[in-house]
Amino acid sequence: MTCTDFLSQLTDYFDGQISPELLEEVRAHTATCPHCEVVLDTTSKTISVYRDNELYELSNEFRERLHTAIMTKCRPCK
Amino acid sequence: MPAIQSPGTEEIHPDVALVARAKEGDTAAFEQLVRQYERQIFRVAQHITQNREDAEDITQDAFLKAYEKLDQFQGNSKFSTWLVRIAVNESLMRLRKRKTSKTVSMDEDVQTEEGSIPRDFAEWRPNPEQNYGQAELADILRKTIQGLPPGFRTVFTLRDIENLSTEETAEALGLSVPAVKSRLLRARLQLRERLSRHFRQKKEGLPA
Repeated sequence: MTCTDFLSQLTDYFDGQISPELLEEVRAHTATCPHCEVVLDTTSKTISVYRDNELYELSNEFRERLHTAIMTKCRPCK
Repeated sequence: MPAIQSPGTEEIHPDVALVARAKEGDTAAFEQLVRQYERQIFRVAQHITQNREDAEDITQDAFLKAYEKLDQFQGNSKFSTWLVRIAVNESLMRLRKRKTSKTVSMDEDVQTEEGSIPRDFAEWRPNPEQNYGQAELADILRKTIQGLPPGFRTVFTLRDIENLSTEETAEALGLSVPAVKSRLLRARLQLRERLSRHFRQKKEGLPA
């Protein structure tokens, strides 16, 4: 497997949609290619750091405003 | 995490009953759906528009529009995916109106090859969470995703932050599955490259 082949398998790898044969090839490649090993590790960390940190919280003030709007506007619009 | 199902039974999503009641005019059922998805819809809108006021307006508009169009929801997809699609369309429309970004369609900004080939091969040690306080880390993450073209950050938001499946992401964006996969790869690689400026291991003994 070349580095380009490795990159082309990266999405399926992270999505768990890679075949067992290709998974073996990816593992064999990263075991011998330090650059791709870093890419795999840091891309994985990129995904998890965004998944694990909530960046935008709804304010209580807006939540109240939203529910008032829904409850008042939804009756007439039906 | 797929639910374990006994053979021959098909799991019915709890939203189906709520949507049916809302279609009959039960606003309490609809409000329950709003409670379930308000945070997600707000996050999606905020990630795409990068503006809190816009994201709040879009969240409200998306739910009101969903209520108006409930009869058009056929239940072929999940209610949440249908809702996300409405919010994405409203968000992209808002970006176009604002015109601060030259590229707001899902197609225009993918021509560039930027970031599709990794260049930074430094390790991230220690892990970002160990190296930064929560507020500082959140600030880095917000600023970094902000720099991504809208089409890329939208795909990344739906797939990796909101955890929609590739198929659901494709449906919400009106794209093919291969198109989502290719954008997702580039979005992930570009973000990785940009984050690496902050998270790369500092060389020992060198001034910062």
